[in-house]
Amino acid sequence: MTHALQPGTADGAGPPAENAAAEVAGTAGATAADPAAGDPAMANPATSDGRSEPLQVDKEPPPAGKTVLVADEIGRALTRVAHEILERTNGAEDVVLLGIPTRGVPLARRLAARLTKVEGRAVPSGSLDITMYRDDLRLRPARTLGHTVVPASGIDDKIVVLVDDVLYSGRTVRAALDALSDLGRPRAVQLAVLVDRGHRELPIRADYVGKNLPTSQRELVQVQLTETDGQDAVILSTEADR
Amino acid sequence: MNRHLISAGDLSRDDALLILDTAEELSQVADRPIRKLPTLRGRTVVNLFYEDSTRTRISFEAAAKRLSADVINFSAKGSSVAKGESLKDTALTLEAMGADAVVIRHQASGAPHRLSHWVRGSVVNAGDGTHEHPTQALLDAFTMRRRLGRLDGLRVAIVGDVLHSRVARSNVLLLRTLGADVTLVAPPTLLPVAVSSWPCEVSYDFSATLPKTDVVMMLRVQAERMSAAYFPTVREYSRRYGLDATRLALLPDHAIVMHPGPMNRGVEIAAEVADSPRSTIVEQVANGVSVRMAVLYLLLGGAELATTEVSR
Repeated sequence: MTHALQPGTADGAGPPAENAAAEVAGTAGATAADPAAGDPAMANPATSDGRSEPLQVDKEPPPAGKTVLVADEIGRALTRVAHEILERTNGAEDVVLLGIPTRGVPLARRLAARLTKVEGRAVPSGSLDITMYRDDLRLRPARTLGHTVVPASGIDDKIVVLVDDVLYSGRTVRAALDALSDLGRPRAVQLAVLVDRGHRELPIRADYVGKNLPTSQRELVQVQLTETDGQDAVILSTEADR
Repeated sequence: MNRHLISAGDLSRDDALLILDTAEELSQVADRPIRKLPTLRGRTVVNLFYEDSTRTRISFEAAAKRLSADVINFSAKGSSVAKGESLKDTALTLEAMGADAVVIRHQASGAPHRLSHWVRGSVVNAGDGTHEHPTQALLDAFTMRRRLGRLDGLRVAIVGDVLHSRVARSNVLLLRTLGADVTLVAPPTLLPVAVSSWPCEVSYDFSATLPKTDVVMMLRVQAERMSAAYFPTVREYSRRYGLDATRLALLPDHAIVMHPGPMNRGVEIAAEVADSPRSTIVEQVANGVSVRMAVLYLLLGGAELATTEVSR
Protein backbone atom coordinates (compact mmCIF):
# COMPACT_ATOMS: atom_id res chain seq x y z
CA MET A 1 0.00 0.00 0.00
CA THR A 2 1.31 3.41 -0.92
CA HIS A 3 0.40 5.08 2.34
CA ALA A 4 2.43 2.59 4.32
CA LEU A 5 5.57 4.18 2.94
CA GLN A 6 5.02 7.40 4.82
CA PRO A 7 7.30 7.01 7.84
CA GLY A 8 4.90 8.81 10.14
CA THR A 9 2.02 6.51 9.40
CA ALA A 10 3.99 3.42 8.51
CA ASP A 11 3.19 1.78 11.79
CA GLY A 12 -0.44 2.73 11.68
CA ALA A 13 -1.16 1.76 8.11
CA GLY A 14 -1.06 -1.98 8.65
CA PRO A 15 -3.08 -2.69 11.78
CA PRO A 16 -6.43 -1.11 10.77
CA ALA A 17 -6.57 -3.29 7.69
CA GLU A 18 -5.86 -6.29 9.87
CA ASN A 19 -8.50 -5.12 12.31
CA ALA A 20 -10.94 -4.95 9.47
CA ALA A 21 -10.09 -8.50 8.50
CA ALA A 22 -10.40 -9.57 12.12
CA GLU A 23 -13.72 -7.79 12.19
CA VAL A 24 -15.04 -9.90 9.37
CA ALA A 25 -13.65 -13.05 10.92
CA GLY A 26 -15.02 -12.01 14.28
CA THR A 27 -18.52 -11.58 12.95
CA ALA A 28 -18.39 -14.98 11.31
CA GLY A 29 -17.18 -16.37 14.61
CA ALA A 30 -20.14 -14.79 16.40
CA THR A 31 -22.71 -16.42 14.17
CA ALA A 32 -20.96 -19.74 14.52
CA ALA A 33 -20.85 -19.33 18.30
CA ASP A 34 -24.49 -18.30 18.65
CA PRO A 35 -26.02 -21.80 18.71
CA ALA A 36 -23.36 -22.79 21.21
CA ALA A 37 -24.21 -19.80 23.42
CA GLY A 38 -27.84 -20.93 23.53
CA ASP A 39 -26.84 -24.42 24.60
CA PRO A 40 -25.40 -24.39 28.13
CA ALA A 41 -23.70 -27.76 27.62
CA MET A 42 -21.87 -26.31 24.66
CA ALA A 43 -21.17 -22.95 26.28
CA ASN A 44 -19.49 -24.41 29.36
CA PRO A 45 -16.48 -25.98 27.69
CA ALA A 46 -15.82 -22.67 25.98
CA THR A 47 -15.70 -20.77 29.25
CA SER A 48 -13.88 -23.47 31.18
CA ASP A 49 -10.63 -22.82 29.36
CA GLY A 50 -10.84 -19.12 30.20
CA ARG A 51 -12.03 -17.88 26.83
CA SER A 52 -15.48 -16.32 26.68
CA GLU A 53 -15.73 -15.95 22.94
CA PRO A 54 -19.13 -14.24 22.60
CA LEU A 55 -17.98 -11.46 24.95
CA GLN A 56 -14.84 -10.89 22.93
CA VAL A 57 -16.90 -10.47 19.78
CA ASP A 58 -19.10 -7.89 21.53
CA LYS A 59 -16.04 -5.86 22.47
CA GLU A 60 -14.92 -5.48 18.84
CA PRO A 61 -15.25 -1.79 17.94
CA PRO A 62 -17.55 -0.85 15.04
CA PRO A 63 -15.72 0.08 11.79
CA ALA A 64 -14.12 3.44 12.50
CA GLY A 65 -14.10 6.33 10.07
CA LYS A 66 -16.18 7.53 7.19
CA THR A 67 -16.91 5.53 4.08
CA VAL A 68 -16.00 7.75 1.14
CA LEU A 69 -16.62 5.23 -1.64
CA VAL A 70 -19.09 2.36 -1.54
CA ALA A 71 -19.02 -0.74 -3.72
CA ASP A 72 -21.04 0.74 -6.61
CA GLU A 73 -18.89 3.86 -6.72
CA ILE A 74 -15.69 1.78 -6.80
CA GLY A 75 -17.18 -0.24 -9.66
CA ARG A 76 -18.09 2.90 -11.64
CA ALA A 77 -14.69 4.48 -11.01
CA LEU A 78 -12.95 1.35 -12.32
CA THR A 79 -15.20 1.28 -15.39
CA ARG A 80 -14.32 4.92 -16.13
CA VAL A 81 -10.60 4.25 -15.63
CA ALA A 82 -10.87 1.25 -17.96
CA HIS A 83 -12.39 3.44 -20.67
CA GLU A 84 -9.70 6.08 -20.16
CA ILE A 85 -7.05 3.39 -20.60
CA LEU A 86 -8.73 2.29 -23.85
CA GLU A 87 -8.80 5.88 -25.12
CA ARG A 88 -5.20 6.63 -24.29
CA THR A 89 -3.68 3.34 -25.46
CA ASN A 90 -5.45 2.87 -28.78
CA GLY A 91 -7.86 0.18 -27.56
CA ALA A 92 -5.51 -1.36 -25.01
CA GLU A 93 -3.27 -2.74 -27.72
CA ASP A 94 -0.03 -4.07 -26.18
CA VAL A 95 -1.25 -3.15 -22.70
CA VAL A 96 -0.10 -5.22 -19.72
CA LEU A 97 -1.65 -4.46 -16.33
CA LEU A 98 0.60 -5.06 -13.34
CA GLY A 99 -0.93 -4.74 -9.88
CA ILE A 100 1.20 -3.88 -6.86
CA PRO A 101 0.48 -6.26 -3.97
CA THR A 102 -1.62 -6.50 -1.95
CA ARG A 103 -4.66 -4.64 -3.25
CA GLY A 104 -3.29 -3.50 -6.59
CA VAL A 105 -3.42 -7.09 -7.82
CA PRO A 106 -7.21 -7.63 -7.65
CA LEU A 107 -7.70 -4.10 -9.00
CA ALA A 108 -5.50 -4.92 -12.02
CA ARG A 109 -7.48 -8.11 -12.54
CA ARG A 110 -10.78 -6.20 -12.45
CA LEU A 111 -9.51 -3.58 -14.89
CA ALA A 112 -8.26 -6.32 -17.23
CA ALA A 113 -11.69 -7.98 -17.12
CA ARG A 114 -13.35 -4.68 -18.08
CA LEU A 115 -10.88 -4.02 -20.91
CA THR A 116 -11.36 -7.55 -22.22
CA LYS A 117 -15.15 -7.16 -22.10
CA VAL A 118 -15.14 -3.89 -24.04
CA GLU A 119 -12.49 -4.78 -26.62
CA GLY A 120 -13.29 -8.50 -26.91
CA ARG A 121 -9.61 -9.46 -26.76
CA ALA A 122 -7.70 -10.71 -23.74
CA VAL A 123 -5.71 -8.07 -21.88
CA PRO A 124 -3.05 -9.70 -19.68
CA SER A 125 -2.66 -8.78 -16.03
CA GLY A 126 -0.13 -9.77 -13.41
CA SER A 127 1.48 -8.59 -10.23
CA LEU A 128 4.70 -6.82 -9.35
CA ASP A 129 6.11 -7.18 -5.85
CA ILE A 130 8.23 -4.22 -4.87
CA THR A 131 9.37 -5.27 -1.40
CA MET A 132 13.00 -5.79 -2.37
CA TYR A 133 13.10 -2.31 -3.93
CA ARG A 134 11.64 -0.29 -1.06
CA ASP A 135 13.60 2.59 0.40
CA ASP A 136 12.36 1.98 3.96
CA LEU A 137 13.46 -1.64 4.34
CA ARG A 138 15.90 -0.77 7.10
CA LEU A 139 13.27 1.02 9.15
CA ARG A 140 11.36 -2.16 9.96
CA PRO A 141 12.01 -5.87 10.39
CA ALA A 142 12.37 -7.84 7.16
CA ARG A 143 9.06 -7.99 5.33
CA THR A 144 7.37 -10.97 3.81
CA LEU A 145 7.64 -10.96 0.04
CA GLY A 146 4.66 -10.83 -2.29
CA HIS A 147 4.27 -12.58 -5.63
CA THR A 148 5.59 -11.26 -8.89
CA VAL A 149 3.71 -12.72 -11.82
CA VAL A 150 4.58 -11.37 -15.24
CA PRO A 151 2.19 -12.48 -18.02
CA ALA A 152 3.70 -14.90 -20.55
CA SER A 153 3.77 -12.15 -23.19
CA GLY A 154 6.42 -10.36 -21.11
CA ILE A 155 6.73 -6.60 -20.74
CA ASP A 156 9.34 -5.78 -23.38
CA ASP A 157 8.00 -3.16 -25.78
CA LYS A 158 4.57 -3.25 -24.10
CA ILE A 159 2.61 -0.47 -22.44
CA VAL A 160 2.71 -1.39 -18.78
CA VAL A 161 -0.02 0.09 -16.60
CA LEU A 162 0.91 -0.13 -12.94
CA VAL A 163 -2.13 -0.48 -10.69
CA ASP A 164 -2.27 0.36 -7.00
CA ASP A 165 -5.00 1.14 -4.51
CA VAL A 166 -3.78 4.41 -2.97
CA LEU A 167 -1.29 6.94 -4.30
CA TYR A 168 0.28 8.83 -1.41
CA SER A 169 4.00 9.62 -1.09
CA GLY A 170 4.84 8.09 -4.48
CA ARG A 171 7.59 5.93 -2.98
CA THR A 172 5.86 2.68 -3.85
CA VAL A 173 5.65 3.77 -7.47
CA ARG A 174 9.33 4.76 -7.44
CA ALA A 175 10.17 1.27 -6.19
CA ALA A 176 7.87 -0.26 -8.81
CA LEU A 177 9.66 1.62 -11.59
CA ASP A 178 12.99 0.21 -10.38
CA ALA A 179 11.54 -3.29 -10.15
CA LEU A 180 10.13 -2.95 -13.66
CA SER A 181 13.46 -1.93 -15.17
CA ASP A 182 15.00 -5.17 -13.84
CA LEU A 183 12.26 -7.20 -15.57
CA GLY A 184 12.50 -5.70 -19.01
CA ARG A 185 12.06 -2.56 -21.07
CA PRO A 186 8.45 -1.51 -21.60
CA ARG A 187 7.63 0.96 -24.39
CA ALA A 188 5.81 3.11 -21.83
CA VAL A 189 4.80 2.91 -18.20
CA GLN A 190 1.57 4.41 -16.93
CA LEU A 191 0.01 4.52 -13.49
CA ALA A 192 -3.59 3.83 -12.48
CA VAL A 193 -4.78 4.25 -8.88
CA LEU A 194 -8.14 3.90 -7.22
CA VAL A 195 -7.55 6.78 -4.82
CA ASP A 196 -5.13 9.69 -5.07
CA ARG A 197 -4.85 11.22 -1.62
CA GLY A 198 -2.10 13.79 -2.34
CA HIS A 199 1.01 14.56 -0.25
CA ARG A 200 3.55 13.43 -2.83
CA GLU A 201 7.18 13.23 -1.76
CA LEU A 202 8.52 12.44 -5.22
CA PRO A 203 7.85 13.86 -8.70
CA ILE A 204 5.28 11.21 -9.60
CA ARG A 205 1.69 11.54 -10.81
CA ALA A 206 -1.00 9.11 -11.84
CA ASP A 207 -2.28 8.80 -15.42
CA TYR A 208 -5.64 7.38 -14.33
CA VAL A 209 -7.31 8.20 -11.03
CA GLY A 210 -10.49 6.60 -9.72
CA LYS A 211 -11.11 9.26 -7.11
CA ASN A 212 -9.15 12.33 -6.01
CA LEU A 213 -9.44 12.45 -2.25
CA PRO A 214 -7.95 15.52 -0.55
CA THR A 215 -6.74 14.36 2.87
CA SER A 216 -4.72 15.52 5.82
CA GLN A 217 -1.57 13.58 6.60
CA ARG A 218 -3.08 12.62 9.94
CA GLU A 219 -5.83 10.75 8.15
CA LEU A 220 -5.72 7.16 7.03
CA VAL A 221 -7.16 5.96 3.74
CA GLN A 222 -8.08 2.34 3.74
CA VAL A 223 -9.19 0.50 0.62
CA GLN A 224 -11.15 -2.69 1.16
CA LEU A 225 -11.77 -5.11 -1.68
CA THR A 226 -13.96 -8.19 -1.79
CA GLU A 227 -10.99 -10.35 -2.79
CA THR A 228 -8.88 -9.36 0.22
CA ASP A 229 -11.28 -7.92 2.82
CA GLY A 230 -14.68 -9.41 2.05
CA GLN A 231 -16.27 -6.14 0.88
CA ASP A 232 -15.66 -3.18 -1.41
CA ALA A 233 -15.21 0.18 0.34
CA VAL A 234 -12.85 3.11 0.74
CA ILE A 235 -12.74 4.32 4.33
CA LEU A 236 -11.26 7.57 5.59
CA SER A 237 -10.42 7.65 9.27
CA THR A 238 -8.39 9.85 11.60
CA GLU A 239 -6.01 8.82 14.34
CA ALA A 240 -8.76 9.63 16.85
CA ASP A 241 -10.99 6.98 15.27
CA ARG A 242 -8.47 4.24 15.98
CA MET B 1 13.63 -15.14 13.72
CA ASN B 2 16.91 -15.25 15.61
CA ARG B 3 19.69 -12.88 14.62
CA HIS B 4 21.95 -15.84 13.86
CA LEU B 5 21.38 -19.10 12.03
CA ILE B 6 23.48 -21.61 13.94
CA SER B 7 21.24 -24.66 14.21
CA ALA B 8 18.25 -25.89 12.26
CA GLY B 9 16.79 -26.71 15.66
CA ASP B 10 16.55 -23.00 16.50
CA LEU B 11 14.01 -22.47 13.74
CA SER B 12 10.35 -22.56 14.63
CA ARG B 13 7.92 -23.99 12.10
CA ASP B 14 6.87 -20.45 11.16
CA ASP B 15 10.48 -19.31 10.73
CA ALA B 16 11.28 -22.28 8.53
CA LEU B 17 8.18 -21.81 6.38
CA LEU B 18 8.92 -18.08 6.05
CA ILE B 19 12.40 -18.92 4.75
CA LEU B 20 11.01 -21.49 2.29
CA ASP B 21 8.27 -19.13 1.06
CA THR B 22 10.74 -16.27 0.67
CA ALA B 23 13.09 -18.59 -1.22
CA GLU B 24 10.21 -19.55 -3.50
CA GLU B 25 9.70 -15.89 -4.46
CA LEU B 26 13.43 -15.26 -4.80
CA SER B 27 13.94 -18.29 -7.04
CA GLN B 28 12.22 -16.29 -9.80
CA VAL B 29 15.19 -13.93 -9.88
CA ALA B 30 17.28 -16.66 -11.52
CA ASP B 31 14.95 -16.61 -14.55
CA ARG B 32 15.11 -12.89 -15.11
CA PRO B 33 17.25 -11.01 -17.59
CA ILE B 34 18.82 -9.11 -14.67
CA ARG B 35 19.56 -11.55 -11.86
CA LYS B 36 20.05 -8.98 -9.18
CA LEU B 37 18.03 -7.23 -6.50
CA PRO B 38 19.18 -4.01 -4.83
CA THR B 39 18.04 -5.06 -1.37
CA LEU B 40 21.34 -5.52 0.49
CA ARG B 41 23.21 -2.66 -1.17
CA GLY B 42 25.92 -1.37 1.13
CA ARG B 43 25.90 -4.44 3.37
CA THR B 44 28.97 -6.61 3.74
CA VAL B 45 28.89 -10.39 3.92
CA VAL B 46 32.10 -12.19 4.89
CA ASN B 47 32.58 -15.81 3.84
CA LEU B 48 34.87 -17.25 6.50
CA PHE B 49 35.89 -20.73 5.35
CA TYR B 50 38.26 -22.79 7.46
CA GLU B 51 37.41 -25.95 5.54
CA ASP B 52 37.49 -26.68 1.85
CA SER B 53 34.20 -26.12 0.15
CA THR B 54 33.16 -25.48 -3.39
CA ARG B 55 29.41 -25.46 -3.64
CA THR B 56 28.53 -23.93 -0.29
CA ARG B 57 30.97 -21.05 -0.61
CA ILE B 58 30.03 -20.32 -4.21
CA SER B 59 26.36 -20.63 -3.34
CA PHE B 60 26.60 -18.13 -0.48
CA GLU B 61 28.67 -15.82 -2.65
CA ALA B 62 26.15 -15.96 -5.49
CA ALA B 63 23.28 -15.41 -3.05
CA ALA B 64 24.90 -12.36 -1.46
CA LYS B 65 25.83 -10.91 -4.83
CA ARG B 66 22.33 -11.37 -6.24
CA LEU B 67 21.12 -9.26 -3.35
CA SER B 68 23.80 -6.63 -4.13
CA ALA B 69 25.77 -7.15 -0.91
CA ASP B 70 29.53 -6.76 -0.90
CA VAL B 71 31.24 -10.11 -0.44
CA ILE B 72 34.61 -10.69 1.18
CA ASN B 73 35.95 -14.22 0.81
CA PHE B 74 38.28 -15.47 3.46
CA SER B 75 39.75 -18.94 3.38
CA ALA B 76 42.09 -20.30 5.99
CA LYS B 77 44.66 -21.25 3.40
CA GLY B 78 46.89 -18.34 2.47
CA SER B 79 45.63 -16.12 5.29
CA SER B 80 46.86 -15.16 8.75
CA VAL B 81 45.19 -18.33 10.08
CA ALA B 82 48.06 -20.23 8.46
CA LYS B 83 50.31 -18.07 10.65
CA GLY B 84 48.47 -19.19 13.77
CA GLU B 85 45.78 -16.54 14.31
CA SER B 86 42.95 -17.65 16.59
CA LEU B 87 39.29 -17.60 15.60
CA LYS B 88 38.63 -14.81 18.07
CA ASP B 89 41.33 -12.55 16.66
CA THR B 90 40.08 -13.20 13.15
CA ALA B 91 36.57 -12.37 14.38
CA LEU B 92 37.72 -9.08 15.86
CA THR B 93 39.42 -8.20 12.58
CA LEU B 94 36.19 -8.85 10.70
CA GLU B 95 34.32 -6.83 13.28
CA ALA B 96 36.65 -3.88 12.70
CA MET B 97 35.94 -4.14 8.96
CA GLY B 98 32.22 -3.82 9.64
CA ALA B 99 30.88 -7.20 8.52
CA ASP B 100 27.07 -7.27 8.64
CA ALA B 101 27.03 -11.04 8.35
CA VAL B 102 29.66 -13.72 8.73
CA VAL B 103 29.10 -17.02 6.95
CA ILE B 104 31.37 -19.49 8.67
CA ARG B 105 32.49 -23.01 7.90
CA HIS B 106 34.78 -24.54 10.50
CA GLN B 107 36.14 -27.98 11.26
CA ALA B 108 35.22 -27.61 14.94
CA SER B 109 31.63 -28.19 16.05
CA GLY B 110 30.40 -25.11 17.90
CA ALA B 111 32.73 -22.59 16.23
CA PRO B 112 29.81 -20.51 14.80
CA HIS B 113 28.22 -20.40 18.23
CA ARG B 114 31.44 -19.05 19.77
CA LEU B 115 31.80 -16.58 16.92
CA SER B 116 28.30 -15.24 17.51
CA HIS B 117 29.45 -13.90 20.89
CA TRP B 118 32.35 -11.99 19.37
CA VAL B 119 30.82 -10.20 16.40
CA ARG B 120 28.00 -7.75 16.12
CA GLY B 121 26.71 -8.97 12.77
CA SER B 122 24.64 -12.05 12.04
CA VAL B 123 26.42 -15.40 12.04
CA VAL B 124 25.33 -18.02 9.54
CA ASN B 125 26.57 -21.55 10.08
CA ALA B 126 27.76 -23.00 6.78
CA GLY B 127 28.81 -26.28 8.39
CA ASP B 128 30.66 -26.80 11.67
CA GLY B 129 32.50 -30.07 12.16
CA THR B 130 30.08 -32.95 12.56
CA HIS B 131 27.44 -30.69 14.13
CA GLU B 132 25.11 -28.82 11.76
CA HIS B 133 24.63 -27.35 8.32
CA PRO B 134 21.27 -25.57 8.56
CA THR B 135 21.15 -23.96 5.10
CA GLN B 136 21.70 -27.38 3.52
CA ALA B 137 18.72 -28.73 5.46
CA LEU B 138 16.65 -25.73 4.35
CA LEU B 139 17.53 -26.23 0.70
CA ASP B 140 16.77 -29.95 1.00
CA ALA B 141 13.37 -29.19 2.51
CA PHE B 142 12.81 -26.60 -0.24
CA THR B 143 13.67 -29.16 -2.93
CA MET B 144 11.35 -31.78 -1.38
CA ARG B 145 8.48 -29.31 -1.16
CA ARG B 146 8.98 -28.23 -4.78
CA ARG B 147 9.15 -31.77 -6.13
CA LEU B 148 6.50 -33.42 -3.97
CA GLY B 149 4.31 -30.43 -3.07
CA ARG B 150 4.33 -30.90 0.70
CA LEU B 151 6.52 -31.69 3.71
CA ASP B 152 3.89 -32.66 6.25
CA GLY B 153 3.80 -36.45 6.59
CA LEU B 154 6.57 -36.99 4.05
CA ARG B 155 8.64 -40.13 4.70
CA VAL B 156 12.33 -39.35 4.38
CA ALA B 157 15.16 -41.89 4.63
CA ILE B 158 18.62 -40.48 5.35
CA VAL B 159 21.17 -43.13 4.43
CA GLY B 160 24.86 -43.57 5.11
CA ASP B 161 27.50 -41.90 7.24
CA VAL B 162 25.19 -40.25 9.78
CA LEU B 163 27.95 -40.22 12.41
CA HIS B 164 30.10 -37.68 10.57
CA SER B 165 27.26 -35.85 8.86
CA ARG B 166 26.19 -32.37 9.85
CA VAL B 167 23.66 -32.52 7.03
CA ALA B 168 21.87 -35.45 8.69
CA ARG B 169 21.53 -33.75 12.07
CA SER B 170 20.24 -30.48 10.58
CA ASN B 171 17.84 -32.35 8.33
CA VAL B 172 16.45 -34.50 11.15
CA LEU B 173 15.79 -31.39 13.28
CA LEU B 174 14.31 -29.30 10.48
CA LEU B 175 12.21 -32.03 8.88
CA ARG B 176 10.76 -32.92 12.27
CA THR B 177 9.81 -29.27 12.80
CA LEU B 178 8.15 -29.26 9.39
CA GLY B 179 6.19 -32.44 10.07
CA ALA B 180 8.09 -35.02 8.02
CA ASP B 181 8.96 -38.51 9.35
CA VAL B 182 12.64 -39.28 9.15
CA THR B 183 14.28 -42.71 9.19
CA LEU B 184 18.05 -42.98 9.50
CA VAL B 185 19.55 -45.95 7.69
CA ALA B 186 23.17 -46.80 8.45
CA PRO B 187 25.46 -49.48 9.81
CA PRO B 188 25.47 -49.31 13.63
CA THR B 189 29.08 -48.10 13.55
CA LEU B 190 28.11 -45.01 11.57
CA LEU B 191 25.32 -43.84 13.87
CA PRO B 192 25.95 -41.36 16.70
CA VAL B 193 25.79 -42.78 20.25
CA ALA B 194 22.86 -40.59 21.23
CA VAL B 195 20.80 -41.31 18.10
CA SER B 196 18.03 -42.79 20.24
CA SER B 197 17.33 -39.28 21.55
CA TRP B 198 16.92 -37.86 18.02
CA PRO B 199 13.35 -37.30 16.82
CA CYS B 200 13.52 -40.05 14.18
CA GLU B 201 13.45 -43.79 13.51
CA VAL B 202 16.55 -45.92 12.93
CA SER B 203 16.87 -48.87 10.57
CA TYR B 204 19.77 -51.11 9.55
CA ASP B 205 17.99 -52.62 6.55
CA PHE B 206 18.10 -50.32 3.53
CA SER B 207 16.10 -52.48 1.13
CA ALA B 208 13.26 -52.95 3.61
CA THR B 209 12.98 -49.19 4.16
CA LEU B 210 12.87 -48.20 0.50
CA PRO B 211 9.27 -49.22 -0.42
CA LYS B 212 7.82 -46.94 2.28
CA THR B 213 9.88 -43.90 1.45
CA ASP B 214 9.09 -40.69 -0.45
CA VAL B 215 12.58 -39.22 -0.32
CA VAL B 216 15.95 -41.01 -0.14
CA MET B 217 18.80 -38.79 0.93
CA MET B 218 22.19 -40.38 0.40
CA LEU B 219 25.09 -39.15 2.52
CA ARG B 220 28.72 -39.11 1.51
CA VAL B 221 31.06 -41.49 3.27
CA GLN B 222 33.37 -38.96 4.89
CA ALA B 223 36.63 -40.86 4.71
CA GLU B 224 38.60 -37.75 5.71
CA ARG B 225 36.91 -37.70 9.12
CA MET B 226 37.27 -41.42 9.73
CA SER B 227 40.02 -42.27 12.18
CA ALA B 228 39.03 -45.91 12.64
CA ALA B 229 37.62 -48.76 10.58
CA TYR B 230 33.86 -48.21 10.55
CA PHE B 231 33.14 -50.89 7.98
CA PRO B 232 35.18 -53.79 6.56
CA THR B 233 35.52 -52.69 2.95
CA VAL B 234 34.10 -50.03 0.66
CA ARG B 235 32.64 -52.78 -1.50
CA GLU B 236 30.77 -54.30 1.40
CA TYR B 237 29.44 -50.89 2.44
CA SER B 238 28.32 -50.22 -1.09
CA ARG B 239 26.54 -53.58 -1.31
CA ARG B 240 24.58 -53.03 1.87
CA TYR B 241 24.03 -49.26 1.96
CA GLY B 242 24.70 -48.04 -1.58
CA LEU B 243 21.84 -46.94 -3.84
CA ASP B 244 22.05 -48.79 -7.15
CA ALA B 245 19.51 -49.39 -9.92
CA THR B 246 18.14 -52.53 -8.26
CA ARG B 247 17.39 -50.67 -5.05
CA LEU B 248 16.06 -47.66 -6.97
CA ALA B 249 13.40 -49.97 -8.43
CA LEU B 250 12.13 -50.70 -4.90
CA LEU B 251 11.11 -47.06 -4.41
CA PRO B 252 7.53 -45.86 -5.04
CA ASP B 253 7.13 -44.19 -8.43
CA HIS B 254 6.93 -40.64 -7.11
CA ALA B 255 9.97 -40.90 -4.81
CA ILE B 256 13.04 -38.73 -5.34
CA VAL B 257 16.74 -39.27 -4.69
CA MET B 258 18.81 -36.55 -3.05
CA HIS B 259 22.47 -36.08 -2.23
CA PRO B 260 24.04 -33.03 -0.59
CA GLY B 261 27.22 -33.47 -2.63
CA PRO B 262 30.04 -33.99 -3.25
CA MET B 263 29.21 -37.54 -4.37
CA ASN B 264 31.38 -40.63 -4.30
CA ARG B 265 29.97 -42.29 -7.39
CA GLY B 266 30.10 -46.05 -7.03
CA VAL B 267 30.29 -45.92 -3.21
CA GLU B 268 27.05 -44.59 -1.72
CA ILE B 269 25.34 -43.90 -5.04
CA ALA B 270 25.66 -45.56 -8.43
CA ALA B 271 26.37 -43.27 -11.38
CA GLU B 272 23.19 -44.36 -13.21
CA VAL B 273 21.11 -43.42 -10.12
CA ALA B 274 22.83 -40.06 -9.70
CA ASP B 275 22.06 -39.20 -13.32
CA SER B 276 18.50 -40.55 -13.35
CA PRO B 277 15.54 -38.16 -13.69
CA ARG B 278 14.53 -38.96 -10.11
CA SER B 279 17.75 -37.51 -8.79
CA THR B 280 17.46 -33.86 -7.63
CA ILE B 281 21.19 -33.35 -7.11
CA VAL B 282 21.65 -30.56 -9.65
CA GLU B 283 18.36 -28.96 -8.63
CA GLN B 284 19.56 -28.89 -5.02
CA VAL B 285 22.51 -26.74 -6.02
CA ALA B 286 20.28 -24.23 -7.83
CA ASN B 287 17.82 -24.18 -4.95
CA GLY B 288 20.70 -23.57 -2.56
CA VAL B 289 21.22 -20.10 -3.98
CA SER B 290 17.53 -19.18 -3.54
CA VAL B 291 17.41 -20.49 0.01
CA ARG B 292 20.60 -18.68 0.99
CA MET B 293 19.27 -15.48 -0.56
CA ALA B 294 16.18 -15.88 1.61
CA VAL B 295 18.28 -16.42 4.75
CA LEU B 296 20.49 -13.41 4.05
CA TYR B 297 17.48 -11.24 3.21
CA LEU B 298 15.61 -12.20 6.37
CA LEU B 299 18.68 -11.72 8.58
CA LEU B 300 20.02 -8.53 6.97
CA GLY B 301 17.19 -7.01 4.95
CA GLY B 302 15.24 -5.43 7.76
CA ALA B 303 15.89 -2.99 10.55
CA GLU B 304 19.35 -2.98 12.07
CA LEU B 305 19.27 -5.20 15.12
CA ALA B 306 22.90 -4.65 16.03
CA THR B 307 22.34 -1.44 17.97
CA THR B 308 19.66 -2.89 20.20
CA GLU B 309 21.30 -6.20 20.92
CA VAL B 310 25.07 -6.03 21.25
CA SER B 311 26.45 -9.15 22.80
CA ARG B 312 29.23 -8.57 25.27
